[in-house]
Amino acid sequence: MTDASAPQSEPVPWQNARILRIAPQTHRIKSFFFALPRPFSHLAGQHVDLRLTAPDGYSAVRSYSIASAPGRAGEIELAVERLDDGEVSPFLHDIAEPGDEIELRGPLGGHFIWTLDDGGPLLLIGGGSGLVPLMAMIRYRHRMGSAVPVVLVLSARTWDEVLYRDELLELAQLENGFTLVLTLTRDATRRSGDYSRRIDAPMVKEALKHLPSPPKHVFICGSNPFVNTAADAVLAAGLLPSMIRTERYGT
Amino acid sequence: MVTRGFTGRGRSGDEATRIPPGQHLVDDFPVLSAGPTPRIPLEKWSFTLKIGPRPVKTWNWAEFNALPQTKATRDIHCVTAWSKLNTSWEGVLIDDLLAEAGVEAPTPYLLAHSYDGYSTNVPLADLAGGKAMIALRYEGKPLEPDHGGPARLLVPHLYFWKSAKWINGLQFTERDEPGFWELRGYHIYGDPWREQRYTND
Repeated sequence: MTDASAPQSEPVPWQNARILRIAPQTHRIKSFFFALPRPFSHLAGQHVDLRLTAPDGYSAVRSYSIASAPGRAGEIELAVERLDDGEVSPFLHDIAEPGDEIELRGPLGGHFIWTLDDGGPLLLIGGGSGLVPLMAMIRYRHRMGSAVPVVLVLSARTWDEVLYRDELLELAQLENGFTLVLTLTRDATRRSGDYSRRIDAPMVKEALKHLPSPPKHVFICGSNPFVNTAADAVLAAGLLPSMIRTERYGT
Repeated sequence: MVTRGFTGRGRSGDEATRIPPGQHLVDDFPVLSAGPTPRIPLEKWSFTLKIGPRPVKTWNWAEFNALPQTKATRDIHCVTAWSKLNTSWEGVLIDDLLAEAGVEAPTPYLLAHSYDGYSTNVPLADLAGGKAMIALRYEGKPLEPDHGGPARLLVPHLYFWKSAKWINGLQFTERDEPGFWELRGYHIYGDPWREQRYTND
């Protein structure tokens, strides 16, 4: 397990990050590209905290996973789903514009991370925007030219709600050890090998056949019910709890 | 720095005084944990008090439930920035646990240990004096596995990662030993009112 928090004496500082551009990904998810005045290098799977402050001093803090691969110091991408009853995500979606400065600190988190040294194979399971930290791992693996076998089981409501769909399909076509398995809960499948139902144990068992040997690490990210179902499916496939790292999207 | 265009949600009176900086109120009870949810059968459950490596007392589920049970209604604050007000719990105060074991605290530091291998450090001063309990019931019902059942630590005045789920023991340590999240970038103490979220905050 990698420990991202080598002893340090200073807190991770806040900085005023500038929104470079905003790119719609699905009808509920947008990517926000930030320029960092104090560049940092992160590990795949880490997050940042954003802090929004109102004129009366009230502030709201939220954590967002970094979608971009490590290695582009000075710029990061966050992919944020709009939660209709949220406080920060509607602001980001509806009000924030390129050029705006947002307070941000990072990189943060030392558990849900993967580096080349951690090795593989990897089983990655994402639900909806739970793909984001997994995407950083997939992009990082690709950028490093790694041959670590990876299977991603990604659940989304519909074909059009598959975050980073085109990029994932392209990576899967390279046939260099990355396999994409989509499962659409409210849509028909478009590719052979995909599913049209909620994630379950048989699906995970079949997905594992894409790996040459059992996974060394399993990363699961999504809503709590999704993560529980997926983790139970992974355990039912005979993998050990100690191999499984989860990240659950709270409120 | 004021964020252009951000006003935030309306603040009620409670929020001004009971919600620490950067936190927001939730009505539901979000679940956050680092691995799969363990399911621990009650007949296999036990709780062990240790001094260093030495076990001093172990309780099974029936014995633990026979200890004095205390109710508490508290506000809780998660480092992921949600707070929940007036949560009601029932369980065994750490004071009662130590008294029952007949243990005079040998050090001012403890580590809580859990069934999933999780650990977190909490000073004795934050566990004793009625400040903390091993909670067995939440809102009048047995604690659900997702929220740490059968039993979790409840230290409501610190960020909620200190309230270890699926707890199976407390251990006095010579020094203040960082636990799972404290080794992974989170604050050694975790006071929400001082926003001690991450290392050295």
